[in-house]
Amino acid sequence: MSDPHPTHAPDEYTARHHESDDAVHAEQAMEGRPFEVRAATKGLFGELLSDKTGLVALVFLGLMVFAAVFAPFVAPYGPTEGNLSSASIPPVWSNGGGWDHILGTDPQGYDIVSRLIYGMRTSLLIGAAVVLVAGTFGVVLGLISGYKGGRTDRLLMGWVDVQVAFPGLLLALIMIAILGGSISTVILVLSFNGWMVYARMTRGVVLSMKERPFVEAAEMVGCRPRRVIFTHILPNLWSSLSTLAVLEFARILLAEATLSFLGLGIQFPDVSLGLVASNGRDYLFSAPRYIIIPGILLSLLVLSVNFVASWLRVVFDPQEREKRFAANATAGASKGAA
Amino acid sequence: MGRYLAGRLAQGLIVVFGVTIVVFVATRLVGDPVDFILPLSASPEQRMRLRADLGFDRPVITQFLDYVGDVFRLEFGTSTYYRNEGTLSVVGDFLPKTLQLVGAGMLLAFVISIALGTLAALRPGKVTDKLLVVLSLGGLATPQFFLCQLLLLYTSVEFELVQFGPGPWTHLIVPSIALALPAVGRLSMVVRSSMIDELNTQYVKAARAKGISRTRIVYVHALRNAAIPFVTLFGWEVIRALAGFTVVVENVFNWPGLGNLAIIAIKERDFFLIQTIVLVVALMVVAINIVIDLVYRYIDPRVKLS
Repeated sequence: MSDPHPTHAPDEYTARHHESDDAVHAEQAMEGRPFEVRAATKGLFGELLSDKTGLVALVFLGLMVFAAVFAPFVAPYGPTEGNLSSASIPPVWSNGGGWDHILGTDPQGYDIVSRLIYGMRTSLLIGAAVVLVAGTFGVVLGLISGYKGGRTDRLLMGWVDVQVAFPGLLLALIMIAILGGSISTVILVLSFNGWMVYARMTRGVVLSMKERPFVEAAEMVGCRPRRVIFTHILPNLWSSLSTLAVLEFARILLAEATLSFLGLGIQFPDVSLGLVASNGRDYLFSAPRYIIIPGILLSLLVLSVNFVASWLRVVFDPQEREKRFAANATAGASKGAA
Repeated sequence: MGRYLAGRLAQGLIVVFGVTIVVFVATRLVGDPVDFILPLSASPEQRMRLRADLGFDRPVITQFLDYVGDVFRLEFGTSTYYRNEGTLSVVGDFLPKTLQLVGAGMLLAFVISIALGTLAALRPGKVTDKLLVVLSLGGLATPQFFLCQLLLLYTSVEFELVQFGPGPWTHLIVPSIALALPAVGRLSMVVRSSMIDELNTQYVKAARAKGISRTRIVYVHALRNAAIPFVTLFGWEVIRALAGFTVVVENVFNWPGLGNLAIIAIKERDFFLIQTIVLVVALMVVAINIVIDLVYRYIDPRVKLS
């Protein structure tokens, strides 16, 4: 079990090796392997079909994104539509609730379903925008740093080190409080706090790519650095970048919610999931649903984004497949030992 | 070794300087806090006078140079919200509470994550392992403020573990669990995967062949090697807790620590207090970073510091 690949050493035992034996060995070796390894060639969507959690997560996420994008058509009311005469209506499943407001209304009289949908719209928009801004900035800096090397590299990575050494939340709080909480400042500040991880990863990949023959060949035929960087090196980054971007997206969702929850992020009349949760704070003991509902929605969103990321990783990253395989092999080994 | 430390220290000072300058310039960009201090009825002359008293009428660069000079003379300015109290003494009042919380929370995270991670690694793929992975995935997807509120909701009334006002040490339990849980989620996964790697190495097989007991192999040999990636990430968790997540926990549990002080200072536009808080936190972060490096070297002699 410790050796996953059947031996092909040219000793007398394997000298009588047949091609049919190879197939048998391959079949045996596949036995007990996680389906990810077996499905190595199934491709993006074939993989998805065998990854049930990934599929459920993707469908859920797709529905939520659809609701968020088409919020004005999907949401039954506006995010700030309603008044105190309709305040604190309980959800449909408890006494006094009705189908007019499925999850009830909040103490201001706003429909909770509508606020959640519009809040999700803002939260997802911020997540996507931050990933785009921070990702672009980080990747460009990482490409330059890795390709140029030398002093540029030291300078840029020094900058990254300095920013990484001080984690963001406190600084983000201060900067957003100062700049004023709005969608654009939240995007700006979270991007400023989050670009370093892209730069580091990109630089790492570039360093390993730089020595590859195809890059050297491109240089030799006289491509300018910009062309080498963007047409020859950048395409090799997509697989690792896509996983990282999805994971970062989940992190940004949480970061935005935290800022808004503390009252320093998105401000009324805008609405985000964090703000919806924040509005429920005063009713923690009298009506916990005001915080439990947005809290659960946020958790589900983040969870499904994470599952989508792990699906992408399994498809794109052969190392991850190997790691899973190794974990399984160990499981088998310790099972044998026990 | 000495040269290495000097280098790290220099880098740390750049971090502190960078954070200070960002916060300083950002606070000065919004104008001055005079309107927050004086009542609405104050006359323009009174506003001008206070502005001059506090030094906000000067160019930003002069203000910054003065501030840096003051810091080197160990003068950190006067709080404008806590009238006439030095910002350092205000921070000194609030800091111990945060250190208590972070200390207790991180101790919990340390013990629990090693225990759970090892437990899961001993039998990967079994029920305990799968349960831990699911719990940690779910826990990490839950926003920390939500986790805090759930804990508050379900512990405060039923178990009376959350105290309002000073009380015995039991009031530490729930907030420190709230601070520890996300860290446990991340760290136990790290312990799990590095323990799985270690238990599959040649030296473990050799030790097993020699007849060394399983307990000794796991706790003496494998755990020590698995600790190497753990130490870095644990240090990072401590930094995260100090420089951010304690704010959330303190806010929900109304804990009189640095995080709540920071929110007060931000909301009241108390610039000098904000700067001192950031400076103190940045110094602690730099110190922890250096400690991580030293511990790293201690547990893995192969690492050459350079």
